[in-house]
Parts: sequence; structure tokens; C-alpha cells
Amino acid sequence: MDDQAEKEMSTSSGSWLGRLWRTIAVPLAAVLLAMLIGAILLAISGADPIKAYSALFDGAFGSMKAFGRTLAKATPLIFSGLAVAFAFKAGLFNIGAQGQLLFGALVSAVAGFMIHGLPPFLHATLALLIGASAGALYAAIPGALKAYTGAHEVITTIMLNYVAINITDYFADGPFKDTTGGNIVARTPEILDSARIPTIGNIPLGFVLAVLAAVVVWWLLWHTTLGFEIRTVGLSPHAAKYAGMKVAFTVILTMVISGFLAGAGGAIETQGIVGRYQPGFNAGLGFDGITIALLGKTHPFGIIPAALLIGAMKAGASTMQFDAGVAKEITDVIQALMLFFVTADMIVRKLIHARDDGGEKITLSGWGQQ
Amino acid sequence: MAENLALEIRNVTKRFPGVIANDNVSFNLRKGEIHALLGENGAGKSTLMNVVYGLYAPDEGEFLVNGKKVEINGPHDAINYGIGMVHQHFMLVPVFSVTENMILGSEVTKGTSLDLKRARKEILEISEAYGLEVDPDAIVEDIPVGVQQRVEILKALYRKANILVLDEPTAVLTPQEAEDLFRVMRHLTEKGVSIIFITHKLKEILNVADRVTVMRRGKVVGHTTPAETDQQGLATMMVGRDVLLEVEKAPAQPKDVVLSVENLTIKDERNVSVVKDISFDVRAGEILGIAGVQGNGQTELAEAITGLRGIDAGEITLSGERIPFEKPRWLVEHGMGHVPEDRHKHGLVLPYDLADNMVLCTYYQKPFAGAFMVRNRDAIQKNADGLMERFDVRAPSTAVAASTLSGGNQQKVIVGREFSRPLKVLVANQPTRGLDVGSIEYIHKEIVKMRDEGVGVIVVSAELDEILSLADRIAVMFRGKIVTVIDAKDATREKLGLWMAGSNPDEE
Ligand SMILES: Nc1ncnc2c1ncn2[C@@H]1O[C@H](COP(=O)(O)OP(=O)(O)OP(=O)(O)O)[C@@H](O)[C@H]1O
Ligand SMILES: [Mg+2]
Repeated sequence: MDDQAEKEMSTSSGSWLGRLWRTIAVPLAAVLLAMLIGAILLAISGADPIKAYSALFDGAFGSMKAFGRTLAKATPLIFSGLAVAFAFKAGLFNIGAQGQLLFGALVSAVAGFMIHGLPPFLHATLALLIGASAGALYAAIPGALKAYTGAHEVITTIMLNYVAINITDYFADGPFKDTTGGNIVARTPEILDSARIPTIGNIPLGFVLAVLAAVVVWWLLWHTTLGFEIRTVGLSPHAAKYAGMKVAFTVILTMVISGFLAGAGGAIETQGIVGRYQPGFNAGLGFDGITIALLGKTHPFGIIPAALLIGAMKAGASTMQFDAGVAKEITDVIQALMLFFVTADMIVRKLIHARDDGGEKITLSGWGQQ
Repeated sequence: MAENLALEIRNVTKRFPGVIANDNVSFNLRKGEIHALLGENGAGKSTLMNVVYGLYAPDEGEFLVNGKKVEINGPHDAINYGIGMVHQHFMLVPVFSVTENMILGSEVTKGTSLDLKRARKEILEISEAYGLEVDPDAIVEDIPVGVQQRVEILKALYRKANILVLDEPTAVLTPQEAEDLFRVMRHLTEKGVSIIFITHKLKEILNVADRVTVMRRGKVVGHTTPAETDQQGLATMMVGRDVLLEVEKAPAQPKDVVLSVENLTIKDERNVSVVKDISFDVRAGEILGIAGVQGNGQTELAEAITGLRGIDAGEITLSGERIPFEKPRWLVEHGMGHVPEDRHKHGLVLPYDLADNMVLCTYYQKPFAGAFMVRNRDAIQKNADGLMERFDVRAPSTAVAASTLSGGNQQKVIVGREFSRPLKVLVANQPTRGLDVGSIEYIHKEIVKMRDEGVGVIVVSAELDEILSLADRIAVMFRGKIVTVIDAKDATREKLGLWMAGSNPDEE
């Protein structure tokens, strides 16, 4: 959303801290406000908010094991958050991260159980790359539709999400169905051990990959000419054309990279956590990416803490349900409130008396050819 | 005389990071007068008006409306106190009708639904009362700029404004539209409306203003009236030194043809020919001026030459090579420089800092990028520092966003970027629109310098004065055709005016 945030990271001029504060004040306040309203809702429904929140915290950070769980939950969220944020930089609203993630999860599972005889590191890398590429290809469709016909990506990606859900369901219940031991559930066979992405101690290797991906995305956007082209197209397609950039190509490439990130998130979920493709296990991960991208102010380094926060709520929800007797759906409500408050940032600004940070505002493009 | 003041601004100070845009500014507006506010680009005129209109909160200062102290905490307050503003850049919704735009924000309702009929009737009444003709049912994007502006003024009047701020209203108007506007302004003052009028055109001030306040670098530096001064006097007062209002140049020494346009035809989106079978040449070392009333095909012609638009027939050659259409990069690499007509749309990426804007077309070349697409920050910064100095761009640093610069300094960023490449042909479209006389003098000098270095220059301008003082040859466009190409020595305002209106002065 803003080069401002980037400058805070890379230049030491001026009031470095002041600008950082202006950037994070609203998301921070949105989170606190959402927690506060969550507490009120808990109190109304007869639960003890303090007890509930401390159980939630305990479940997310209370032990090394709990912390590991939080990291595992955050991993696909970082990827889907990066996918949404990356597209956003080119002025594209990729609502389709969910569909791209599903393809990544399914295809990496297929590569994980069908390919035999590869050494572990190679097999895992290959399955991850194939899965991510499936997401990339799937995202190329709305990218090309946007670039050549002007069809709005919000509409096409939403529709393609349904297509993805049904296609992956079909494969998991049909051609690639697990038939061992009289299984009747829609799922693929388990992937080979050589395709697994391990957890070292309590730290899932996938999380390390996610952080690396954030660094690469940051570098790509702000230190390469490709990133310059993507941001220019996002901020001003007309100026991009004037500057001799290939606007249509950039739109497609941005969607491809965005889909690659979402697909990688799905693949890592398959190879690191689930161990196979099973519909339902990946539900919502791509949609959470939208919340996370916005909470993280669409900056790669903002997305990591945002994903950790949502990941922690997912990790701690069961403990909260068990220890405090609170339905774990309350975490979904809190997450929805966070999304509400970051998007309706005018309300939050009024409450905390914060000025507009004056950063780059992306105008999401309307209908029509680029 | 206090009871005669419609608006009084006392000791306003407004700071932005790195600049004091308004430094203890006081200003007053009498009832029923046209008060011109004059000053260099970046002097703080728009800022002062935005403060009055409640868009910026001042750091210090107070306001009196009709002698009473008021608090202005947002445009809503300003509107309540009868202050209306027409911004430098219009704020209309292009796809809405005139009526819909007019009532936006103050909708008349009948129950829960809009009462468009009543609004339409009220608008017709106001437009008749003030002599502002508009079609209330027209869609805004279909009407000419001059009429859109009338809509903006009507919008203010519809909200019962009796203090009207017009921020550079004539910058985008044709001379005829400007005359219409002045007529409307005089009419409004007769009806008791007081007007603050910002313009860079000294003639206009002498023509319509009752009083003039001059600002420089955030401060008020003087007051005068048209009776006491002339163009030269106003220019000196605002810039603080003597300004050359005429371009000084030696006779051109044209060499080989560098750009040649042959039988060019361009159709617009609705498949109507807007450029019809045009042919002309430009030689190295000369300035060809393209004159014409806005909307006679000049924009499309310039866009085709500079690669922003495709064509339907004909060809263009640059130093003997046929240019591919819609390939701006090819042109950049073959020595074409382009100062675009709309600097906000094409010329700059407003949220980017100056350093990035200064490599907008060459960001991928050495030394700005190295292996693996890695950008070279040091080279980009060095380039920016050099251009800032050479082209005298006034900004706190190269790290500020281009959007925070005044119009003149934004244009200098573009000019600096384009002129610092090795060029064969330069297309400058409305190069001084919205600029102060000091900046105009500077940019004209740079254009002449390019010519003298052997660049073939095309200047497209709606300002006759600009064409007359810069061009060596003048082509006049009318309804998509070049109706004549004359030597600048033989051109007069009157002659050009007739050609531009579609008649042939030599036949009468
Ligand atoms: N939003 C902003 N943030 C930072 N600086 C600003 C902002 N708006 C204006 N400025 C700075 O304040 C100064 C005054 O600008 P302003 O737009 O008021 O000038 P102006 O007199 O209207 O010039 P012009 O004739 O070019 O329209 C300039 O130095 C400009 O760079
Ligand atoms: Mg201004």
C-alpha cells in the first residue's frame, strides 16, 4: 500500500520511528479493538474473557510445542498473505489465492505419492515447485483475462475459486483417491517420506521457507527493475505505458508470481503438515490471506507478524475451547472484526486520533483493458 | 471598513515536512470583489486556499467570515459559512450527469429516494440567475472542460456559496472559454459574490481583478491593483527579479529532416477520424510549433508520434527509420524525448519520490540497473542529485513524493529527465501549462537550448503567445488537418486566430 513503509525499512533519514509508528498504528489499534469487542461478546455470553484469552495465549505460546503449532499454522498464511499483497502492488485484487492454494496442495500431493525413487531433498523440492507452479498457472488465467479482455480480476478469481474447489474435490474423490484399507473418504494417498518437509525440533522448516519467501518478495519489489515495473503499473498504468513498460505482460506476470506464492503455501501445507491432499484441510487459508495482507499493510515484513497473530489464534483456539469452555468460533469473529477495522480505517483513525499516513494508495483498476 | 470584508485570514502558518508552505499569511477579501492571488509555483497559494476550505488544518491562524470569527474544521464547515472552491484539478464524477454531480454530498431526498426532479429544477434556476448555461442531463465526461468548470462553479453556488475560490481556473481553458468565465465572474460579483482568483496569466489579472495580493515562498510580499502596475511589474513583484517575458533566441539553423510524418490518419475510440491525412517534416535545429484550439487533433497527433497511440494509416520516420507504433521504449532508445500533455497522468508517478521519477524511462538501463535486474540505488540517487541542481528543482530533498511538489517543480522534474538524455527529437506538449512566469522563462530557455544543440523540436501549445515566441515555423491544426504551415516571421496573433477558427486570412 505504500512505499512509505519501504522507506521506513531502508532509509534512516528523518523520523524513522515516527513513520513506522504511523504505518502500524492503525493495524495495531484494529487488533486491540477487535480483541476488546471479542471480550465484550465473551462476557455477554457468560464466559470469563480473561480466562478465555489467557487460555488462547497459552495454547499459542504456552510451551515450545504450542509455539511450534503457531508457527505451523502461520506458514500457509504467510504465503497466502504474500500472494494477495504481491498482486496488490500491481493494483490487482487477487481474491483467488484460495483456488491457487488448493491446486498447489493437490498437485504437490500427487507429485508426492506418484513419483518414486528420488532422494528426499530432491523429491520434496520438486513436489513443492510443481505444486507452486500449478498455482501459478491457475492464476495466469485471470491475469490473461484481465490483460487482454479487461475482465475484472475480482470477479474472475472469485468464480475460479469455485472451479478450483470442485476440480480438486473431483480428483481427490476420483482419479487420485486413496483406496488403501477400504478408505471411503475423499483424499489422496499419503505422500512418500521423501516428499515430506520436516519439522526440526519444534520449528517447521516450512515456516523458515515462508520467511525466506517474504524476504525474496521484498527484494523483488523494491530492489529489482521488475518490482519497479510492477509497482508502477499498480500506481499508474498510464505512466507505465509512457515509460515503455509492457503493462499487459506485467499484469499477467504479477498474477503468475502471486499464484506461485499461494500454490507454494498449499504445497507446504500438504508436504509439511497434512501429508496428503484432503479437501477441508485447506479451507479458508487463501481467504485468510486477504485479512493478513491488509493487516500487514501489504508489506512483506508486515505480513509475517500478521500471519503469526492469526496463526496463534488458530493454534490456541482448541486450548481455549477446552480450558475455558468457549466455542472456538469466537476467534473467527475476532478475525472478522480485525478485517473490518483495518479496512474501515477511518473509524480507527478517529478513535486513536491518527492522521492519514499519506502513503501510496493503490487505486484498484476498474473494468477495461490495461 | 471591517463590515465590508467577506473573508479575513489572519496570520496563517502551515508547515509540511521540510517546507513552510504558509508563513504567517494574512489576506482579506472585500464583498463583491475579484481578488487575484499571484505567486510563483510553490508559493503556497493552493495551500492557503485548502486551509480556508478546511482541507488542511493550519498550524496557526484564524478566520473571520463577514466580520465574525469562525472555526473551520473541514469542508463541511467551510460550505456552511458560504465558502465554495473550484480546485486546480476538478473533482467531478465523470460517469454521472451534471445534476447528479451537483447534488453529490447534499442530496435532496423525497422520503428515502433522491428527488432528482427538484434538484434539476433548482439547478436550472441557479444557472439562469447567474448566466451559467449547462445541460443538467449531460454526462460529465462528454462535456468540454470549460463546461465542466461551469458545473464546478454551479456546484458551489448550489451550496449557497458567496465566497468563491477559483484555483487556476483558466489553466485548461481555451481563450474563448476563458472569456466566458470572466463574463460569468463579473456577473457573479454584481450579485454580491466575492471571488478569490488564482492564475499565472498576468494578462488575466490585469483584465479582471480589482486587487492583487502577491505571495513568494510562503509569505505575502505585496499588494497592488491593475491600475498601478503592468505585466512586467507583476512579474518582478512575484519573482523578485526582472523576468524576460519574451524568449530570446537567434534565428534557427535547420539541418536535415529528423522526423517526417506522412499521410497520417488516426481514428478515435468511436472510429471518427481525429487526424486526417497529415504530412509534415521537422528538421534538426528548428522548433515547429503546432497551434490550434484544444481538441482539433493535436493531442492524438502528439500521442502517435511519441508511441502512446496507434494509427490507422500513414507512417512516421525518425532519422530515416520507420517508427513502430505504441512502442514508447523503442522511441526512448532512438532519441525521442517527450514532455507529455498531462503530467499527472503520463509524466509522473505521483507517489514515487523524485529519484525514481527521474529514471522513469531509463530505469532498466546501465548504470541504473545491473545484472539480475538489480537496481543501482547509488546511480539513481546521483542522477537525481545532478538533475535537481541543473534544473533548479525546488524540493526539500529527492526523497519526497512527486505529489508534494508544486506544478512548476513537477514540470521541471519531467523536463530534467527528458532533456538529459541524448535526443534527436523532442515533443513538448503544453510544456508550460500551469507554470509561473519565472518557470516559463526557464523552460523556454531550455527548449531553445535543445534546438541550438541540433534537436528537432515540436511544441504543441494552446497558448498563442507561447507558439509565437518559441516557434520557428508554425503549423495550425483545425478539425484534424494541418490547414497551413507558415514561417513564424510572417505570423501574427490575428492571422493565427483566423486560421485556428477555420478561415483563411489570405483569402479575405
Ligand atoms: N500535501 C503536501 N505535503 C507536503 N508538501 C506539500 C503538500 N502540499 C503542498 N506542499 C508544498 O507546499 C508548498 C506550497 O505548495 P502549493 O501547492 O500551495 O503552491 P502553489 O502556490 O499553489 O503553486 P502552483 O502555482 O504550482 O499551484 C510547496 O513547496 C509544496 O511542495
Ligand atoms: Mg496551486
